[in-house]
Amino acid sequence: MDATTLVTLLQEAVPGVVLEPVASVDLQTTIYVSRDDLPIVARVLLERPEVRCTLLAELTAIDFWPREPRFEIVYILISIEHRLRLRIKVRLDGADAHVATVSHLWPSANWLEREVWDMFGVVFDGHPDPRRLLMPEDWDGYPLRKDYPVQITMKPKTTEPLQVTEQEFRASLVKDRMSRS
Amino acid sequence: MDQDLKTELSKHGIFATTFEELYNWGRKNSVWPLTFGLACCAIEMIATTMARYDLARFGAEVFRPSPRQADLMIVSGTVTKKMAPQVVRLYNQMPEPKYVISMGACASVGGVFDNYAIVQGVDQVVPVDVYVPGCPPRPESLIYGIVQLQRKIDLQKLT
Repeated sequence: MDATTLVTLLQEAVPGVVLEPVASVDLQTTIYVSRDDLPIVARVLLERPEVRCTLLAELTAIDFWPREPRFEIVYILISIEHRLRLRIKVRLDGADAHVATVSHLWPSANWLEREVWDMFGVVFDGHPDPRRLLMPEDWDGYPLRKDYPVQITMKPKTTEPLQVTEQEFRASLVKDRMSRS
Repeated sequence: MDQDLKTELSKHGIFATTFEELYNWGRKNSVWPLTFGLACCAIEMIATTMARYDLARFGAEVFRPSPRQADLMIVSGTVTKKMAPQVVRLYNQMPEPKYVISMGACASVGGVFDNYAIVQGVDQVVPVDVYVPGCPPRPESLIYGIVQLQRKIDLQKLT
């Protein structure tokens, strides 16, 4: 299926949504979608039998600071059934950087969204576990933003930020046992 | 004890020593490092223990997988700020007397990684006895570092 057919097909599935196909250097189908339309487009891509993009291969962000809209979230989707590769992009303003999560559709999005939150500070609304992934949990700032001071010197912390209390430890044990039984 | 008298006695087949010398001799020739690698320097550390370089010649081949049994921590590689708490925890779990070798440029001064995520020298978080330069150091360098540590152990006083 070529890009035009795919976009037409998608457009039929979601009539009111603005899909903005763009040319890309690697000739991969690339479509810009607005932030509000992303959940419905994502659901159609996953569930529509002609597309069935069951694999979210990559979810990342690009920072175009100081340009606005500053962030672009990139979703690379693969349909194993139909041998399709598709790139979806969402533009986000720097002051209002949040987008709906897709982790309930593709479980692989869970950690990828955590990574994007950790590195770029983009909030994923409805994410089940919005914690930092790579940096220490008590870290300040988002290192992959273009305006982040890369060579800052901070004293390393040697206390562990994730010290659980005894109650928390016991509660998690009980929860674990209940999930196994 | 007088050094001349010791030499004289040894000519007659009598070996005289002090408890301190014997104790340090035993300790310095049985340094047990911790099985603990952080980055590419760890590969050189592994190579050091293998047949070609054979760290066993210096008594330090028994890499212990538990910090409770180890008395040398070879910080082999880049220490990230996220890893620093764990490095300190491992160090605290080791029994006294304990030693630290900072292996390679990253562990010693941060190396090429002059950025927010990397500890600029592991001596900011744990006390270091011997620094081994190199990126990564060759196994000979690490062996030289361990020999330096052995000299340091030998000079320690019991009292």
